[in-house]
Amino acid sequence: MNFDPHHLVIAPVLIPLIAGALMLFFDDRERRLKTTIALLSSLSLFAVAILLLRRVHIGNDAVALVYLLGNWPAPISINLVADRLSALMLVLTAILAIPALVFAVERWAKAGPHFHSLFQFLLVGLNGAFLTGDLFNLFVFFEVMLAASYGLVLHGSGSARVKSGLHYIAVNLVASLIFLIGIALVFGATGSLNMAEIALRAATLEGFAEPALHVGLAMLSLAFLVKAGMWPLGFWLVPAYSAAAAPVAATFAMLSKVGIYALLRLALLVPASGEAFGAMLIFIGGSVTLVFASIGVLASQSMQRASAYFVLMSSGTLLATFGISEPGSTAGALFYLISSTLAVSALFMVVELIEREQDAAADVLAVTMEAYGETGAEDEDDDEIGEMMPGALAILGIGFVLLALVLIGLPPLSGFLAKFAILNAVIGPPSVDISGGGTMRVILATLLIVSGLTALIALARMGIRTFWAPVEAFAPRVTIVETAPILFLLAVLVALALQAGLVMDVVTATAGDLHDAERYLDAVLGAERVPPFAEESQ
Amino acid sequence: MELLIALAIGTLTGSGVWLLLRPRTYQVVIGLALLSYAVNLFIFSMGRLRVNAPPVLDGSMPVDPAAYTDPLPQALVLTAIVIGFATTALFLVVLIVSRGLTGTDHVDGRESDR
Repeated sequence: MNFDPHHLVIAPVLIPLIAGALMLFFDDRERRLKTTIALLSSLSLFAVAILLLRRVHIGNDAVALVYLLGNWPAPISINLVADRLSALMLVLTAILAIPALVFAVERWAKAGPHFHSLFQFLLVGLNGAFLTGDLFNLFVFFEVMLAASYGLVLHGSGSARVKSGLHYIAVNLVASLIFLIGIALVFGATGSLNMAEIALRAATLEGFAEPALHVGLAMLSLAFLVKAGMWPLGFWLVPAYSAAAAPVAATFAMLSKVGIYALLRLALLVPASGEAFGAMLIFIGGSVTLVFASIGVLASQSMQRASAYFVLMSSGTLLATFGISEPGSTAGALFYLISSTLAVSALFMVVELIEREQDAAADVLAVTMEAYGETGAEDEDDDEIGEMMPGALAILGIGFVLLALVLIGLPPLSGFLAKFAILNAVIGPPSVDISGGGTMRVILATLLIVSGLTALIALARMGIRTFWAPVEAFAPRVTIVETAPILFLLAVLVALALQAGLVMDVVTATAGDLHDAERYLDAVLGAERVPPFAEESQ
Repeated sequence: MELLIALAIGTLTGSGVWLLLRPRTYQVVIGLALLSYAVNLFIFSMGRLRVNAPPVLDGSMPVDPAAYTDPLPQALVLTAIVIGFATTALFLVVLIVSRGLTGTDHVDGRESDR
């Protein structure tokens, strides 16, 4: 690193903000220009994210890069903090943003005004939420992200989108209000909005302030859990995600992870004792979400709904695993987070390409026929025998199978490695002698395996119905631009499996940081101001 | 004054939640607005209630922090009002679109069967 990386920390917020604002100046007909700007922005985001991750992961001396806005001294200044977890989430966001954008270029970007700008603002919100070290700024970035997502969920219009969009917006507005109440309570109790300072002061609270802080944290967690889609709070998620346009839904897979990120950050930081805040409740909620999502996946008649339930399944698994609250299981969960987000995102795109050719009614019919044991439509395929399988169908089929392997957690792909890492940490040899929470461990392991089984059944049924015995013969008309993002995500997933050792190193170090709040506090509160005029060197 | 503020917040929250659970979209919007007023007052009160104390420092004389009220919650309320205003405006647009597409102002896009 031969340049001052200091301002690099704020770049993930500024780049999409500038790109998004810039694109507002151009008419929507200047498609090529807008696509170029959006792609350039996403690519440079990816580069910046990788640089940040390298910087915080390889340079062992610094756990976190802290950017003091306005160069105010440490606890007073509004800060941005890039530690391993933030950098990891930034990289994941950028990896998802690029294919989603490319996928949208062919079709969805034309379906309504300002798609690219909204998409960039969504990235501003996401990146900002991952980077900020300040509770109120977390709220502001949440709102930026949500405002953009309100626009995107309605993108393409249609009554299904408007209806589920209405519910989505109403639920999230209420969640934002709860978020504000939580912030106010935490501020009232500790007198600070800086997450590190809150954590520091939380240890010395007395009298009324301590319960007030805990109520505040519970309110905040509630808002995050609405975003993550935990069971009693997540009924809005499936209709909204399955109605949204595919590239939007693919990015929204990341949106639900923001809630999980914020919860993880705050729950492990504030009590500062290694045990997460409300770990038991998070575990129970996660487990129920997992059960709910498993049933939902089986019950879904359309593939888009099933994909949305996979988002919930991913959330449930993550929450339940974080409830165990120890470095090993958290590391496994982070690996699972990366792998499942990529897979669900790609699944939304594959499903869109498949379903484009079929109408929803045919799907319902197919499931109903299965239920009654009828296997219709076999004769119709006679004239197709001996014909070459069209290329697009083969690619979609292979893509679907690979994604299924990841989502179910079968070897050799990353889904298996992730689940294995979690199981190994939860019930593996080193932790057997750890007393306490034995029941939780067994429940989690059982649920993980059972949810894998239900995913297997659901995906096998989907695959057979679509690729082996379609109700109507279909040949998807798919362009290269739309296939490329799926292939890209598949390649990333394969790379994730091949380079599992490297990724495991990163997530283990990340989990180590998370469970050792002291390191974060030292880095953030000990952040030094930039000497005057030092930044002129750029 | 504490009692007055608490009652005001309570009344606003109660009405807001009740309206939020009503089946008409317009009632939901008004409910959200009332709730956001309640939340704003709540944030404000979290800076502790003071009378006759300015939030903005006067730099011309030595500063005694005890003579001032906490300015931070007031800044937060300002931000929260702006964001709440914007999202409510957006929600109104969606409400109108939904009315236009479905022909009803029911939140589910169709009248309940009762």
